[in-house]
Amino acid sequence: MSILIYAEYAEGKFKKVAFELASYAKKVAESLGTTVTAVTVNAGDVSELSKYGVDKVLKVNNDKLTGFTAKAYADVIKQAAQKENAKLVLLSSTTDSIYLSSLVAVALEAGFASNVVGLPVSTSPFQVKRNAFSNKAFNFTEISTDVKVLGLAKNSYGIFENTSSLTEENFNPTIGDNDFGVKVESVEKVSGKVSIADADIVVSAGRGMKGPENWGMIEELASVLGAATACSKPVSDLGWRPHGEHVGQTGKPVATNLYIAIGISGAIQHIAGINSSKVKVVINSDPEAPFFKVADYGIVGDAFEILPKLIEKFKAFKLQQS
Amino acid sequence: MKILVCISHVPDTTSKINFTNGDSEFDTNGVQYVINPNDEFGLTRAIWFQEQQGATVTVVNVGGPETEPTLRKALAIGANEAIRVNANPTDGFFVAKQLAEVIKTGGYDLVIAGKESLDYNGGMVPGMIAGILGYNFLNSCTGVTIEGSAVTAVREIDGGKETVSTTLPLIIGGQKGLVEEKDLRIPNMRGIMTARTKALAVVEPVEASVNTKAVKFEKPAAKSAVKLISPDNLDELIDLLHNEAKVI
Ligand SMILES: Cc1cc2nc3c(=O)[nH]c(=O)nc-3n(C[C@H](O)[C@H](O)[C@H](O)COP(=O)(O)OP(=O)(O)OC[C@H]3O[C@@H](n4cnc5c(N)ncnc54)[C@H](O)[C@@H]3O)c2cc1C
Repeated sequence: MSILIYAEYAEGKFKKVAFELASYAKKVAESLGTTVTAVTVNAGDVSELSKYGVDKVLKVNNDKLTGFTAKAYADVIKQAAQKENAKLVLLSSTTDSIYLSSLVAVALEAGFASNVVGLPVSTSPFQVKRNAFSNKAFNFTEISTDVKVLGLAKNSYGIFENTSSLTEENFNPTIGDNDFGVKVESVEKVSGKVSIADADIVVSAGRGMKGPENWGMIEELASVLGAATACSKPVSDLGWRPHGEHVGQTGKPVATNLYIAIGISGAIQHIAGINSSKVKVVINSDPEAPFFKVADYGIVGDAFEILPKLIEKFKAFKLQQS
Repeated sequence: MKILVCISHVPDTTSKINFTNGDSEFDTNGVQYVINPNDEFGLTRAIWFQEQQGATVTVVNVGGPETEPTLRKALAIGANEAIRVNANPTDGFFVAKQLAEVIKTGGYDLVIAGKESLDYNGGMVPGMIAGILGYNFLNSCTGVTIEGSAVTAVREIDGGKETVSTTLPLIIGGQKGLVEEKDLRIPNMRGIMTARTKALAVVEPVEASVNTKAVKFEKPAAKSAVKLISPDNLDELIDLLHNEAKVI
C-alpha cells in the first residue's frame, strides 16, 4: 500500500499545488507508516519532488498525452494507483484536477471527497474536513470504501520541505483510443498575466471603480505586487472585465494568501468565494460596507485617492526589498 | 436530440447556513430553495436547443417530494417533462448512479449538469455519471454548439480557455457562459400555468453503494474585528502586511 499523488506539471515545471499535495501526502504517509508515490505525465526533471517527501515517481512519457485529455489522464492515474496498490489517491483543486478526480474515483470504485481543507481528522474511520455551502461551513465526511480519493483545496495545507530519497521509474500505462473522445482544438491563455488560479495575491475590484476606464490603477497595483486581477460579479456582467475574473459563489473561488478588495461591497455571494483567503484587505468609501466584517485590514476612503498613493508606497517597498 | 438537464435543489445564495441535531444536519428552517445557479445556465441553454433545433428537454432531480416546486419551476421555464428520483441525495456517487440509470433508460444524447452544486460543493456528479456510463465528458463548460452528433465546446482552464471537439452522447458539467446571465429565463404566467399540466414522473431509486457520508458540520470560527488604517497612514498597511501578516 502507498499513497499516490498526481503531480501536475505544465510549461516546464511542476505547479505549486504539486508541492502542496506532496507535503500533505508525506504527512499522511508518516501517520499511516507508508510511502508517497507521485505519477507525472510528460514531466522533465522530477527531482524537485524529493524536497517535499515524495519517495517514488512513476514517470509517464507519451506523445499522445501532450495535451490534457481528462479520460486518458484519469486512466493513467487509475493504472498507477493499481500498480502501487494505493489506498489513498490525492489530487489538487486545479481546473484540470477537478475534472479528473471524479473520473478517477469511479474507475477505482473509490469514495471521493473534494475541497478537503486539512489532514484527515481520523484515519479509522477515515474522516476529512471539507468546505461546503460555498465556504460558509465545513463538513466532516467519512469515506468507507477501501480506496479513497481526495481533492485538496488550494492553499489549505501549505508547502513543507521534508527531503526524501527519490526513485524514478518509467511507467507505460495502456491508453485506449476511446480515451480520446474529447479533442482539444485550441488553447487560449491570457498571456503575460498572473492567473487567479496560480496567484498568491489577488487584487480585486468592484462596481465602486465606476467604469472599465479606471482599471489601469487596479492593473498597476497588481503588477507591482505580482498579483492577479479579479472582480465582482456585476463588473463582469457589465462587461467591464472578462468573465474569467469574476470571483464568488457563482464565479471563481479564491484561496490566496492576500486578497485586496477595492470598491466591493462584500455581498454574501462574493464573500463565499473568497472566504478561504488568508488575509483580506478592504478599501471602501462606505464604513458600513459589509466587507469590513470579514476583513483583516480596512481603509475607509475613496479608492480614487488612495490607490495612486498606495501604488507608490508598494513600489517603494518592493524597491527596498530587492 | 434528447436532452436531460440535472437540477440540484439548493439553498438560495443569500441563505444563512445553520445546523441542527448536534450539528449533524443542515437546518432548513426559513431557507428558500432555488435551482442551483450552475444548472440554471444549463437549463436555459437546453431550452435554446429546444427552440432552435427542436430538441426535447427533460429535467431530473434526485430528492424527496419537497424538491418538486423546483422541478415545476424548471417546467415553467420551458422543460418538456420532469423526473424525480425518489431518494435522499446523500452522496455524490449515489446521485450519479441514479442519474446514470435515468440516462440509460431514457436514451438521452446530451446531459447537462452543473459543474458543482452550491450546497455540498462536491463537483463530482457530472464526472461520475460519465465515468459510470463511459460517455464523453466536458467539465467547466462555458459554451456549446451541436450539429448532428458533432459537438464544439469551450471550457474554462486555469488562466484561459480551450476549444474542444467531441461527439454525442455527451455529459457536460456546465457553468455561467453556457448562456449569459441576462439571458436566463424566468417563468412567466403562461409557463407557470402550462407547467401544472406537464408530466412529473416519480421513479424509485436503484441500488447503489454509499461510499461517503457527511457526519458532522461546523461553522467557521468567528473572526476578530478588522484593523482600520487611516488613509493618511498607508505605511502602516504595508508594515502590517509585511511584519504582522507576512504576506508581502
Ligand atoms: C444568485 C446570485 C449569485 C451571485 N454570485 C456572485 C458572485 O459569485 N460574486 C459576486 O461578486 N457577486 C455575486 N452576486 C452579486 C452580489 O449579490 C452583489 O450584487 C455583488 O457582489 C456586488 O458587487 P460590488 O460590490 O462590486 O457592487 P456594489 O454593490 O455596487 O458595491 C460597490 C461598492 O463600492 C463602494 N464604492 C463606491 N465608490 C467607491 C470609491 N470611490 N472608493 C471606494 N469604494 C467605493 C461602495 O461603497 C460599495 O460598497 C450574486 C448574486 C446573486 C443573486
